[in-house]
Amino acid sequence: MAQLTFTPEQVQRYARHLILPEVGGAGQRKLLGTSVLLLGAGGLGSPAAMYLAAAGVGRIGVVDFDDVDASNLQRQILHGTDDLGRPKVDSAADTIRSLNPDVEVVKHRLHLNSENALEVFRQYDLVIDGTDNFPTRYLANDAAYFTGKPLVYGAIYRFEGQLSIFEPAGGTGCYRCLFPNPPPPGAVPSCAEAGVFGVLPGIIGSMMAFETIKYVLGIGEPLVGRLLIFEGMDMSFRRLNLRRNPDCPLCGDDPSVTGLIDYEQFCGLPAQEPSAVPAALARQ
Amino acid sequence: MPTFLIPGPLRSLSAGAAAVAVEAADLRSAIDALDARYPGFKGRLLDEEGEPRQFVNLFLNDEDVRLGRGLDSPLAPGDEIAIVPAVAGG
Repeated sequence: MAQLTFTPEQVQRYARHLILPEVGGAGQRKLLGTSVLLLGAGGLGSPAAMYLAAAGVGRIGVVDFDDVDASNLQRQILHGTDDLGRPKVDSAADTIRSLNPDVEVVKHRLHLNSENALEVFRQYDLVIDGTDNFPTRYLANDAAYFTGKPLVYGAIYRFEGQLSIFEPAGGTGCYRCLFPNPPPPGAVPSCAEAGVFGVLPGIIGSMMAFETIKYVLGIGEPLVGRLLIFEGMDMSFRRLNLRRNPDCPLCGDDPSVTGLIDYEQFCGLPAQEPSAVPAALARQ
Repeated sequence: MPTFLIPGPLRSLSAGAAAVAVEAADLRSAIDALDARYPGFKGRLLDEEGEPRQFVNLFLNDEDVRLGRGLDSPLAPGDEIAIVPAVAGG
């Protein structure tokens, strides 16, 4: 809930925001009154959730069905060694509350699907997509469009990342304008199969939080209508222009996607990442 | 010469090269030239009908070619073609 005055503790906690003209008291109140739904408490979701919590975003919903696995700890900094085996939503909630008691954490321990997505999305102002598979990404894009929620999109693969904000009301395009349909099973390897450089989600996830806060506060130029590509090996960033595709199956002139679709979980992604290491490595 | 910017996930096809310049007047022939130099790109970028795949995008000077002239897009020296595959990791 938005509040009119800050407690002395809040004045201290948010002091570095309050003295920024771009944030200030009004901006900080706005953040405290904002609710964000985080899809995935994993590599991207970890830094995103932690920075949003530290910044004082008032309500953070966390959607994740998985338990913390040892193979997560190389990059999913919401969770620690002591959290192994715990539901990620529990571990995430503890970390967020420890960072900032001002934040209300709502745990959604579920698999997002066509039955529950709209209902969950409707409870928040904005959605952050830090999921790890194509079916959920298409579901998130479509559900955000149908509920009119801005979707902060981030995705990673090995050393490369992508970032954008899809704004349904803005007519600036959606994920399907970019990639109309998911790749066929097996065409694209998953992180579990291909590996991911542990710091990479830290970079992209932090930028997702950065863009979320800019968007909420209405400052600068959020990545609406633009796709940021990060190539970690070259340390290069490139901004591409995103536009609504008139042929988009979702937001185009003659849409064929008019309801949510549960794509088959085809990405080779098991519910949990395999913790088994290849035999050759285990022997070393 | 127009230059392809090769994303990390596809650099195994280009012997690690991040950028590949080709001699071509339009995008279709540029892909042919890229594939002639580094076989395998055509199959990754185009489907069986020779159309751009739905999960790999080509941006010519930062604009999605699908919203423009597609594979018929004329190319000029200095043009940059960014290959952007769908990635889903998180």
